[in-house]
Amino acid sequence: MTEAAAQPHALPAEAPEIAPERDLLSKFDGLIAERQKLLDSGVTDPFAIVMEQVKSPTEAVIRGKDTILLGTYNYMGMTFDPDVIAAGKEALEKFGSGTNGSRMLNGTFHDHMEVEQALREFYGTTGAIVFSTGYMANLGIISTLAGKGEYVILDADSHASIYDGCQQGNAEIVRFRHNSVEDLDKRLGRLPKEPAKLVVLEGVYSMMGDIAPLKEMVAVAKKHGAMVLVDEAHSMGFFGPNGRGVYEAQGLEGQVDFVVGTFSKSVGTVGGFVVSNHPKFEAVRLACRPYIFTASLPPSVVATAATSIRKLMTAHDKRERLWSNARVLHGGLKAMGFKLGTENPDSAVVAVILEDQEQAVMMWQALLDGGLYVNMARPPATPAGIFLLRCSICAEHSPAQLETVLGMFRAAGQAVGAIS
Amino acid sequence: MSDRQAIFDTVAAQIAPFNKKGVELTETTTFQGDLEWDSLTVMDFVAAIEDEFEIIITMNMQAEIETVGQLVDAVEKLKQA
Repeated sequence: MTEAAAQPHALPAEAPEIAPERDLLSKFDGLIAERQKLLDSGVTDPFAIVMEQVKSPTEAVIRGKDTILLGTYNYMGMTFDPDVIAAGKEALEKFGSGTNGSRMLNGTFHDHMEVEQALREFYGTTGAIVFSTGYMANLGIISTLAGKGEYVILDADSHASIYDGCQQGNAEIVRFRHNSVEDLDKRLGRLPKEPAKLVVLEGVYSMMGDIAPLKEMVAVAKKHGAMVLVDEAHSMGFFGPNGRGVYEAQGLEGQVDFVVGTFSKSVGTVGGFVVSNHPKFEAVRLACRPYIFTASLPPSVVATAATSIRKLMTAHDKRERLWSNARVLHGGLKAMGFKLGTENPDSAVVAVILEDQEQAVMMWQALLDGGLYVNMARPPATPAGIFLLRCSICAEHSPAQLETVLGMFRAAGQAVGAIS
Repeated sequence: MSDRQAIFDTVAAQIAPFNKKGVELTETTTFQGDLEWDSLTVMDFVAAIEDEFEIIITMNMQAEIETVGQLVDAVEKLKQA
């Protein structure tokens, strides 16, 4: 061993301070100041909520207080389903707490195969690939499908994971105006005919809760010879006869090339996936970096997902209760005079649009103090610089809970002047 | 009037509705620094330019465009393609 290697690289006792222009974290000064200003106004940090206890899909304890949850994506309320929990416990005992590796090497266990089979049955497809999160599913599939010289055409209001999937890859990226069939048609028409193209759409846009005119958009994409990917993260389980999503509800079975989904919303655990009928779909596994270079999901997670997905296939009662709850909440808030993200209860997301950050934060705080949690959403996550309180509905919200929720919204809305 | 000047004038006319501070436009005016546009404004503006000239400015290209002059150059090139 040489002298140098034996001696740890000695640092001066007091390291000289890094000059601000060389401090990599200086770029966050604006963010730090903005957050501090918000906290100095006396509100709870909306982005640092801790669930101290979770009692059911719709109730938690936050800051020692029983709180109704109206800001989770637990649409179908599967997180406390006894069969789902039993499947997780069994897998935990039989296969251990984790896989310690990539799907490509040592990280594929019995239940990874089982959950992919459950997905094939749920969507009626020949192929299904599971990723470690929904974010990674978009990151992986978009960057892998569209290569150099090819095109990805995406809606301007796409989720961050779709934008990041575009950035991760080498394709040319083209945006069209949100939900505009005409704009999509025009842009596809201006692109060179030869290169392969992928049009990326979402069934439900989760900030405002609006749904896409997929029927018209898929027709336009096909007219221009493009393949279509639809992210159905916010529709699984309750759109379409089999709960497959907005594309199924709009009669597009067999016309969408790739469907992306997640286990973290209706399924009630964590993970992401892509399903497809393309005969070469399996090849994606061999080329997709976010699939290969990460650890696979723990056995208990995939076991709970498989059980939950199979139960969602026949969860007709839950589906009906969810839609009924959506109508009650949307109708109630609309009647009070709140400005909402959609004219009708189109999805399980109801977005209450407020004037500015101050009004949104004040109202959010009033609701939390009263025992109701909703999401506060702000730019850049929201479109067009909007501040909103986003409610996501669960099939397990009871009529009494919804009545309480509406009462709290009325009181808080009047207090901040959002309604009269 | 040269083609380039005509493109510059059309681009300037498209900038006008988004130029809330009345910044004087030159070749070196930057969208982020001088006009202080956020990403949403950029998105609306790019869509308007694309429709005006019937071109596509991909997001990859947009990342390279910082000034009005660079945008005019890009439009000129795209129109010839």
